[in-house]
Amino acid sequence: MSQQWIYTIVYLAWLAGAACFVLGLHRMNSPATGRSGNQLSAAGMVIAVSATFVYLLTREGGLSTTAMVIIVAGFLIGGGAGLYAARTVKMTAMPQLVSLFNAVGGGAAALVAIDDFIRLNSGAQVDTTIFVVLGALIGSVTFSGSLIAGGKLQGLIPGKPIYVPGGQLVTIALAVVAVLGTVVLILGAAGAFALGSSMTLAVLGLVVLAGLIFGITMVLPIGGADMPVVISLLNSFTGTAAAMAGFVLGNPVLIIAGALVGASGAILTKLMADAMNRSIVNIMVGGFGGGDEAAGAAAGAGGTVREIGADDVAIQLAYAQHVIIVPGYGLAVAQAQHAVRELAELLESKGVDVKYAIHPVAGRMPGHMNVLLAEANVPYPQLKEMDEINPEFDRADVALVIGANDVTNPAARRPGSPVSGMPILDVDHAKSIVVIKRSMGKGYAGIDNELYSDPKTGMLFADAKDGLAALTAAVKAL
Amino acid sequence: MSNELLTSLAIFTLAILVGFEVISKVPATLHTPLMSGANSIHGIVLVGAMIIAAEADNPVSYILAFVAMVFGAMNVVGGYVVTDRMLQMFRKKPTASKATTEGADGAPGA
Repeated sequence: MSQQWIYTIVYLAWLAGAACFVLGLHRMNSPATGRSGNQLSAAGMVIAVSATFVYLLTREGGLSTTAMVIIVAGFLIGGGAGLYAARTVKMTAMPQLVSLFNAVGGGAAALVAIDDFIRLNSGAQVDTTIFVVLGALIGSVTFSGSLIAGGKLQGLIPGKPIYVPGGQLVTIALAVVAVLGTVVLILGAAGAFALGSSMTLAVLGLVVLAGLIFGITMVLPIGGADMPVVISLLNSFTGTAAAMAGFVLGNPVLIIAGALVGASGAILTKLMADAMNRSIVNIMVGGFGGGDEAAGAAAGAGGTVREIGADDVAIQLAYAQHVIIVPGYGLAVAQAQHAVRELAELLESKGVDVKYAIHPVAGRMPGHMNVLLAEANVPYPQLKEMDEINPEFDRADVALVIGANDVTNPAARRPGSPVSGMPILDVDHAKSIVVIKRSMGKGYAGIDNELYSDPKTGMLFADAKDGLAALTAAVKAL
Repeated sequence: MSNELLTSLAIFTLAILVGFEVISKVPATLHTPLMSGANSIHGIVLVGAMIIAAEADNPVSYILAFVAMVFGAMNVVGGYVVTDRMLQMFRKKPTASKATTEGADGAPGA
């Protein structure tokens, strides 16, 4: 076969891979087809990577031994590490792993752009230079930013906002360096002035360095509770960086896949921010957002709270007809998803109807709570989304709130509160409410929850896991 | 600009529009798996890493290409496996066959 024929077939294989990505993402719209969608997308990846390998092997000159070693060894080491991490990670730690994968993806995109620039150094066109610099810059921002975001979720870096001294000045200075560097490189490529090749590389290095530091100073001041939105935004950035690398290499599958992720990531980021009633700008500027505050401030002027013991709660639960469980961030932190399933099964064996009310942003990411509960073998149909479950709270005998806070605060229905307008679960409509919580600490919005001072509400102060274990034991003893 | 570049720009623009359409219909429940799935797709940068590895001809390029290969492969393999693990959780349980369709359609835009 002639070279041209092989290239045509390879090109068509790249397009087939890109089509698999689009169709795969589309199938991930629904839980029923989601898994097959991801597998279709993976098949597209295998097709695209295999076609590239065939193309490199068969084109003029073929693959040198060194290149072969780099490709095979790099794939085995990176793929092996990724496989091991993905297989062994606990589902509660999954968001930070996704962040890590996002970081290395961004890093790879930046390296591809940088390497291309070094090779084209003497003869880079203006357009190529633009894409190279954008790819290197965006890629380095996502690399360092995603590492910091993952570190915050993992607890390696404190989740609370960290203010860099003179933070805004530093950020502005970095942005100026990056923009100026980019302009200098583009003008240099256009022939406006002669830059030596070592000088050009130094400027690119400066731009990359500014990007790396910018990623750090951008994420540090943002609170832990907002990390999902940040990771989603950085995910979108990485897609864009991959598309830029595609422009540099003139490769269609990189451009399509990168643009696809860039656009979908942007939409997803907006949806996540909307669900929390925050604007993306608001989050990136780093307003309120302390994450999991440990402060034990007592209930304010809103009223007094009623403390309740595990035995009393057990009696309420065992003789109820309808119980709605409202799991939140605290449940995920305490890894209490198995404990909650045990209690629910025990209640069901006593003829109680048990459902779970899932707020769109419960857990650490939208849908994270569903994954955690599904891992604990909670039947999927018992998980009800907010719009579906809200009318049912009127009929519920007991609403059991476990480590959820702001998403249950009735203050959101009135204007004038930081959570105003945020969609909430109508927990206060239940006949009786039990809240399992470690302390009277506040949620990420940093305000008192009026639900706690409601006369119908009893507070069971305990870690989610210990509290649930005590409840299960108490119900068994009845 | 060259013809090739203009064609690339057209592809880029259309792919962005496709991305907007594909995502705007996903229920909130699936946002996390979806983010992870999209995260694996940008691992396509692995193809770029392979191409620069093939063209590398000096020690600096060898190192850059190798690191890019490791990063890209980790993104691809790890991303797909962890997404599969998440989506596997949504499989229908035999104990709950009565209402499987009810939970499957979610609330769009919730």
